[in-house]
Amino acid sequence: MTDWPVLSAVTFLPLVGALLLLLMREDSANGRRNILNISLLTTIVVFGLSLYVWYQFDSSNPGFQMIEKHEWLGTGISYHLGIDGISVLFLPLTAFLMPFCVLASWVTIEKRLKEYMIAFLLLETLMLGVFVSLDIVLFYVFFEAGLIPMFIIIGVWGGKDRVYASYKFFLYTLLGSVLMLLAIMAMYWQAGTTDITELLKYNFPRQMQTWLWLAFFASFAVKMPMWPVHTWLPDAHVQAPTAGSVILAGILLKLGGYGFLRFSLPMFPLASDYFAPFVYTLSIIAIIYTSLVAMMQSDIKKLIAYSSVAHMGYVTMGTFAANIQGVQGAIFQMLSHGIVSGALFLCVGVVYDRLHTREIAAYGGLVNNMPKYAVAFMVFTMANVGLPGTSGFVGEVLTLVGAFRANTWVALFATSGVILSAAYALWLYRRVIFGALEKDSLKTMLDLSTREKVILYPLVILTIFFGVYPAPVFDATAASVDLLVNNYAAALQAAQDVALSVR
Amino acid sequence: MTAETLFASLQLSVPELILAVGALVLLMVGVYSSERAAPVVTGLSVAVLIVAGLWLVLNTGDGEAYAGAFLSDPFAKFMKVLALIGSVTVMIMTIGQARAAQIDRFEFPVLLLLATLGMLLMISANDLISLYLSLELQSLALYVVAAINRDSVRSTEAGLKYFVLGALSSGMLLYGMSLVYGFTGHTGFDEIAAALTAEGRSLGLVFGLVFILAGLAFKISAVPFHMWTPDVYEGAPTPVTAFFAAAPKVAAMSILVRIVIEAFEPVVADWQQIVVFISIASMLLGAFAAIGQRNIKRLMAYSSIGHMGYALVGLAAGSMAGVRGVILYMLIYMVMTLGTFACILAMRRKDGEHVEGIDDLAGLSQTNPFMATVLTILMFSLAGIPPLAGFFAKYFVFVAAIEAQLYGLAIIGVLASVVGAYYYLRVIKLMWFDEAKGEFARAASELRLVYGLSGLFVLGYVLIGGPLGNAAEAAARTFF
Repeated sequence: MTDWPVLSAVTFLPLVGALLLLLMREDSANGRRNILNISLLTTIVVFGLSLYVWYQFDSSNPGFQMIEKHEWLGTGISYHLGIDGISVLFLPLTAFLMPFCVLASWVTIEKRLKEYMIAFLLLETLMLGVFVSLDIVLFYVFFEAGLIPMFIIIGVWGGKDRVYASYKFFLYTLLGSVLMLLAIMAMYWQAGTTDITELLKYNFPRQMQTWLWLAFFASFAVKMPMWPVHTWLPDAHVQAPTAGSVILAGILLKLGGYGFLRFSLPMFPLASDYFAPFVYTLSIIAIIYTSLVAMMQSDIKKLIAYSSVAHMGYVTMGTFAANIQGVQGAIFQMLSHGIVSGALFLCVGVVYDRLHTREIAAYGGLVNNMPKYAVAFMVFTMANVGLPGTSGFVGEVLTLVGAFRANTWVALFATSGVILSAAYALWLYRRVIFGALEKDSLKTMLDLSTREKVILYPLVILTIFFGVYPAPVFDATAASVDLLVNNYAAALQAAQDVALSVR
Repeated sequence: MTAETLFASLQLSVPELILAVGALVLLMVGVYSSERAAPVVTGLSVAVLIVAGLWLVLNTGDGEAYAGAFLSDPFAKFMKVLALIGSVTVMIMTIGQARAAQIDRFEFPVLLLLATLGMLLMISANDLISLYLSLELQSLALYVVAAINRDSVRSTEAGLKYFVLGALSSGMLLYGMSLVYGFTGHTGFDEIAAALTAEGRSLGLVFGLVFILAGLAFKISAVPFHMWTPDVYEGAPTPVTAFFAAAPKVAAMSILVRIVIEAFEPVVADWQQIVVFISIASMLLGAFAAIGQRNIKRLMAYSSIGHMGYALVGLAAGSMAGVRGVILYMLIYMVMTLGTFACILAMRRKDGEHVEGIDDLAGLSQTNPFMATVLTILMFSLAGIPPLAGFFAKYFVFVAAIEAQLYGLAIIGVLASVVGAYYYLRVIKLMWFDEAKGEFARAASELRLVYGLSGLFVLGYVLIGGPLGNAAEAAARTFF
C-alpha cells in the first residue's frame, strides 16, 4: 500500500496547474502555447496518477482504501478521503477525459484561453474530489462547488443563448442540492457524525429514511438527470463549448449515479426498496420518452443530449434493481457512457469547428470526403446503440438482466428503448454521413487532422476494448458491489423480520 | 462603590475608555487646527481603534463592572474585536475616498469613533439602562454620519429618514424596557431571568419582550423593520454605507443574542416564534426584493436584510450550536460585506465620476480581472456556494436549526438562498458574460488591499475554518 497521500495528490494536482496558469500571460502566440502545454501536461500527469491509483487498488478488499483523515472544521467534519470499488474507476475516467478536453479546445477557444483552462482544471479538482470524499460535508462541498466553473464555462464560452442555459443549469442544480444539504444536516443530527464510513453502518429509522431518500433524490435526479427534471441538460449541452459538453455528459452526469450508489442505496435501503417502483417508472419514461424526443431533434448536440438522458435511465434502473447484475451494469454503463457520449460530443465538435452549425440538415454525405471521420463516428454511434462488441452493449445488457430479475415488466419496457436508440442514432448517422455530397459548404471540408486523430482514435480503441473485454472493470468493482448488495438485502431482511416478530 | 471596585471596573473597560478619551482629544485636535486636519484626524482615529483593539485582545480580563451594568466575557470580546475590525477597515477605506465623497471633515472620523464606542458598550451591556444608553450613543453618531454630506439632498434625506425611523424604534425599545421593568422589577439581565424563572411570565412582560425585539430588529434591519435600509444605504455617501453595513450590525446582533439568551432564557418559547418569523420574513424579502434592483448599494441593502435573516436562523435555534453559528455568520458576513463595499468604492470612472449602477460592472473581467475575480468570489460566497466562506456560515446556522427541529424554517431558508443566488449570479453574469461599456480608474491601493484580503479570507476559509470555529465555540460557551 502507499504511505503518501496519493488521493490528495490526484485531487489537487489540477489546482496546482491552475495556479501556474495564473502566472502566465496569453497575449502572444508563445504565451498561448505555454498555457496549452501546461494544461495538457497537468491533465496527463493527473491521468497517470489516477492509473497508478487503479493499479495500487486492491480489488479483493471491498472496504475503503488509501484512506487519509485529518481534523478539519470542528464539529466532527473531517478531511477524509478514500476509495472503494465503486468509486475507484471514476478517477481514471475523469482524468482520462480531461486531456481530450484540452486538445479539443486547442484552436477553437480564441478568447480568454487562460481563464478557460483555469476553469477546467478547477473543475477537474472538484470532480475528482467528489469521488474520493469520505466525509459527507466534504462531498457536498466538492459536489456543489463544481457549479461555479461550469457556470462560467457555459456562460463565457458558450453559444448564442448561453446566459439562459447557464442560469438554468446553475439554479436547477442548486435547488436540488440545497434539499440534500438539509438531509445531510439531519443525518448529522441523527447519527452524530458526517463520516461516510460511519453513516454506512448507521441504521436510520424507516420514517426518516423516506424523507432523507427524497431529499437526496431531489439532488441526484436533477444531476443525473432523470425525467422530468432533465430539461436543463439539452440547453446546457447545446450552449456549452465542445469540451464543456464532454465534461457535462462524461462526468458531471455520473455524479448523480454515483450518489445513488454511495448514499441512497446503502444508507436508506428501506426507502430505496419502497421507492424502487417509482424510480423504475421514471427510468422507463426517460428511456422511451426521451428516445422519441431525441428522434425528432434537428440539432445534433440536442439529440445526443436527449440520448444521454435515455442512457441514464438504464443506470437508475440498474441501480435500484439492487442486485449484482444491475449495480455492476449501472457502474459499467456510467463508465461506458462517459467515454462514448464524450466521444460523440467530440465528433460533433469536429464538424462544428469546420461549418459552425449543429443543424443536422446542414450536413449530408460526409463519408465521401471524410472517411476516417465516418469510421470513428460509426463506432461511437454503434456503441451508443449498444451493439454487441462495443462497450455500450455490456452495460445495457447487464442493467436489463438486473431489472429482469427484479421486475419483468420493467425489463420489457426498457428493452424497447434499445430499439428506439438504434432508430435515432442510425437515422442521425445516415443524415450526417451518408447520402450524396451535395452542399457546397461541405465539399471543401477536410478529413481529420492529426490533432483530431489523437483525440478520437484512443476513444475508438477503448470503446471496442471494453466491449470485448470488460473484465478489468468488473474485477475492480466486484468485491464492493457484492458487499453493497449483500448489506442491502440484509437490511431489508432485518426489517422484515422485525415486522414479522411485531406481528 | 469603593475605590477598589471602581478601579477594577475601569480596568475592565479600558478599551472603551481609550476610545472615549481618544474621541474627545481628536475632537479638540480638529477644532483647533486648520481646515486640512481631516486626514490627520482619520489617521489618528485608526491608531486609537487599533490600540483599543490590542488592549482588548491582550489585556482585558473577564468579569462584571459598574455594579453589573457592564460585562466583559469571551463572547463580548469576540464580537468587540469584530466590531473594531469593521470600524478600522472602513476608516482605512475612507482615507482616499473622503474628498470625492465630500465627507472630508474631521468630524467624520470622530463620529465613527463615538459610534464604535457605542457599539463596544452595547456588546458589553448587561442591563437595560446601559443597553439603551449605548444604543443611543451609537445611533446618534450614525444619524449625523448618514447626513454628513450636507450639500447632497439624498444624503440629508437619508439622514433624516434614518433619524425619524430610528427615533421611533428607540421609543419602542424604551417602551418595551419599561414594561419589562414594570413586570419584573429589575433592569439587570440576570435579575430579569431570575425573576422570570421564579414568577413565570405575565402578559405585560410578553408585550415588553415584543417591543424590545422590535426595537432591536430595527437596528439589524430585519423585516418588518427594514424599510429604512435601502433608502439609507443608497442615499448615504458610500463609505458611510460601508460602515452601516458592517460593524453596527455585528453590535446589534450581539446584544440581541445576549438579551434573548440571558435575560429571556426562561421564556424561550415566546421569543423563539418571533425570531423565527422575522428570520423567515427577512430571508424571503431579501431574496425577492433584490431581484429588481439596479443600484448596487440598494442591492447590498436587500442582501444584508436577507443575511440578517440567515443569521437569525441560528438564534432561533437558541442552542449553543446556534449561537456559535450566529457568531461565525456575523464574522463571515462582515468580511464579505467589507470586501464588496471596497469593490463598490472602486467603481470610479477614469474621469473621477463614481457610479453605482449594477450595469456599470459589465465586462469588468476584461478591464479589471483582479477586481472582477474578487467580486465574483464574494458574490458566490454571499450566495452561499461552497467551498467559499458564505457556505459554511449558512451551514452552521442551518445545522443548528435542524438540531432544534425547526424544519420549516430550514427548508424556507435554503429555498430563499436559491432565489437569492439569482441576483448574485446577475452581477457575475454582467462581469463575465457581457461586453465592457467603459473602464474604471485604477483602484486606490487601500481599496485593493481590503478587497484582496477579503477575497483571500473567503477563499481560504476552508483552511482556517477549524481554529475560527473553535474560537467561536469558546465565545458561544459563555452562555451555556
